[in-house]
Amino acid sequence: MITAVRKSIEEIIACVSPYDRILLVGCNECVSVCSVGGRKEVALLSSALHMHFLKQGKTMDIREMTLERQCDPEYVEELVNYMDGADAVLSMACGCGVQTIAARYREKPVFPAVNTTFMGASERQGVWSERCQGCGDCVLGITGGICPIARCSKRLMNGPCGGSTKGKCEIDANIDCAWQLIWDRLKALGLEKRIEDIMEAKDWRTSRDGGPRTITREDLAS
Amino acid sequence: MTDAFEPEIVAFCCHYCAYTAADMAGSKRISYPPNVKIIRVPCTGKVDAIHIMRAFEKGADGVYVAGCLEGDCHFKTGNIRAAHRVRRVQALLEEIGMEGGRVEMITMSAGMGERFAQTAREFTEKIRALGPSPIRDAIRQSGRRAAG
Amino acid sequence: MKTESRLEKVLASGALAVTSECGPPRGAVPDKVKEKAEMLRGCVDVVNVTDNQTAMVRMSSWGASVIIKQMGMDPVLQMVTRDRNRLAMQADIIGAYSLGINTMLCLSGDHPHFGDHPQAANVYDLDSVQLIQTVVKMRDEGKFQGGKDIDHPPKMFVGAAANPFADPFELRVMRLAKKVKAGVDFIQTQCIYNLDKFETWMKGVCQRGLHEKVYILAGITPMKSAGMARYMKNRVPGMDVPDDVVKRMESVPKEQQPEEGIKIAVESIQRLKEVKGVAGFHIMAIEWEEKVREIVEKAGLLPRPEL
Repeated sequence: MITAVRKSIEEIIACVSPYDRILLVGCNECVSVCSVGGRKEVALLSSALHMHFLKQGKTMDIREMTLERQCDPEYVEELVNYMDGADAVLSMACGCGVQTIAARYREKPVFPAVNTTFMGASERQGVWSERCQGCGDCVLGITGGICPIARCSKRLMNGPCGGSTKGKCEIDANIDCAWQLIWDRLKALGLEKRIEDIMEAKDWRTSRDGGPRTITREDLAS
Repeated sequence: MTDAFEPEIVAFCCHYCAYTAADMAGSKRISYPPNVKIIRVPCTGKVDAIHIMRAFEKGADGVYVAGCLEGDCHFKTGNIRAAHRVRRVQALLEEIGMEGGRVEMITMSAGMGERFAQTAREFTEKIRALGPSPIRDAIRQSGRRAAG
Repeated sequence: MKTESRLEKVLASGALAVTSECGPPRGAVPDKVKEKAEMLRGCVDVVNVTDNQTAMVRMSSWGASVIIKQMGMDPVLQMVTRDRNRLAMQADIIGAYSLGINTMLCLSGDHPHFGDHPQAANVYDLDSVQLIQTVVKMRDEGKFQGGKDIDHPPKMFVGAAANPFADPFELRVMRLAKKVKAGVDFIQTQCIYNLDKFETWMKGVCQRGLHEKVYILAGITPMKSAGMARYMKNRVPGMDVPDDVVKRMESVPKEQQPEEGIKIAVESIQRLKEVKGVAGFHIMAIEWEEKVREIVEKAGLLPRPEL
């Protein structure tokens, strides 16, 4: 899923304070699962902002809405009836959701209430870790199901580097050395030899380096 | 005037411990301040951060969540979850410039009538010392503005 | 001979090579480079010039390398893949070669996290193995990494680093094999304090015949004090300093510790000279360049061969 963390209330306040009526929009997808921008978080942020402005002697009109999927124009359309009653939109979705709203409602300022962080997986309750960088050319099939691009601090394709210590990364003892994990996994699969196959210089065109990416499915696109 | 300040306190009390303890305090005639308004919950794990926030939004000066002693939760970990949520609300209150100490997690068993009363007294005094919640004043003033 | 590199010539002659390093200054002070390099004149064959070592901004490796070259000495251009993409690196290789630099060392580099610009973008377009491949391809095929022909390709003698002490140990020979497969000509190892472990690694290297395909220079760093020994043991990732080395440093009074550190370095060289597959020594006297001559001399590695 796409993970995010909430921005500081201070930063959010700085964005919305010039306005009197805010449409606070959550999303039921990824940000809801990682407990940062779903219905509950929308209510909490709304409450905190409400109290903050009350203390300033201002009654902020905050309308809460949580969409099924904020990165989908079909759902973002649901906001159409509420836009007239809002001076600005505060979105708790990932950057995709924020931009979908901005694209649809051109005349309305929209502010992100969260920082979109990474594509990750849930390790355990309340802990998410980065797992994918969306490089557009998946190597997991040859690296034993562990991504060196997302999980090696230097994204080495032919690791581990000389800083791997007791299975941990040299930059932080809490980060697993991706290449230790790859090595352990290749051993478990009986594929030790593979570690000596050189992974050639990557073609980053399929990644962000090739420019913004679009997928068009001819069978679906109209 | 701080002298006239009587804190309004909301206590979310677990049915299996604190609520029963409050009952016991009552039947034993152990007095505790009338400032504390009890809300019975089936488990403190049922108390969400937004419930606490709403209490403050409506003008509460202090909120505490009273659950079972650690390890004694009827639903195993409800009290631990509640404690985490309380910490989250404390942080959130501080982010908007309010004292995190206005909300607290307290644990006790069903037989602790005296502890219930003592906790209620201590928490009330603590909130009295902190003074009225800025929200309570703000609500009154915005009401006055609306009326005027 | 693949190149005009002095290091290649020394190694090919069968003599034990001696290399050292010079960390460029954090400012536009060319005299600082000259001062450090001068201390190494005549006692080493080539001088490595570090590239933003420990992820701290310094005078560029090729800038300092040119200064050393102008002094009539031979620099080894170190290049980390952390700071530049493949366009910039290949351009720098051509530039450096055009200015007479013919030996280089391919590294991934310390993560920016360790340096004074932790906010910097972490490039890693290539890793060290891929950089070796790139430089070898430029030299041997006369082609850029992207595949197009180079007009007058740079002929670099290509080195890389190896850390026999990092984890997982069982992978360390394989990783060297991978660099050999990529075409590396010489290897400079991490500082060696655990000689037994190094010898175990070398045995593995020789078993696979890798010592016949690549020149291995053993890394030596003299310790100035017991404090430095403890720091290297506990704080430097991928460093293996056995307890008895720390104890030995601690066993002498503070003022004699530098001398003891030199003694350990010399003894290490004496022992490693006998190890099969060791083709020379890389002496990294960090901010202690003035001691290199003494170490080289005491280790019986002087005079350096005239070519």
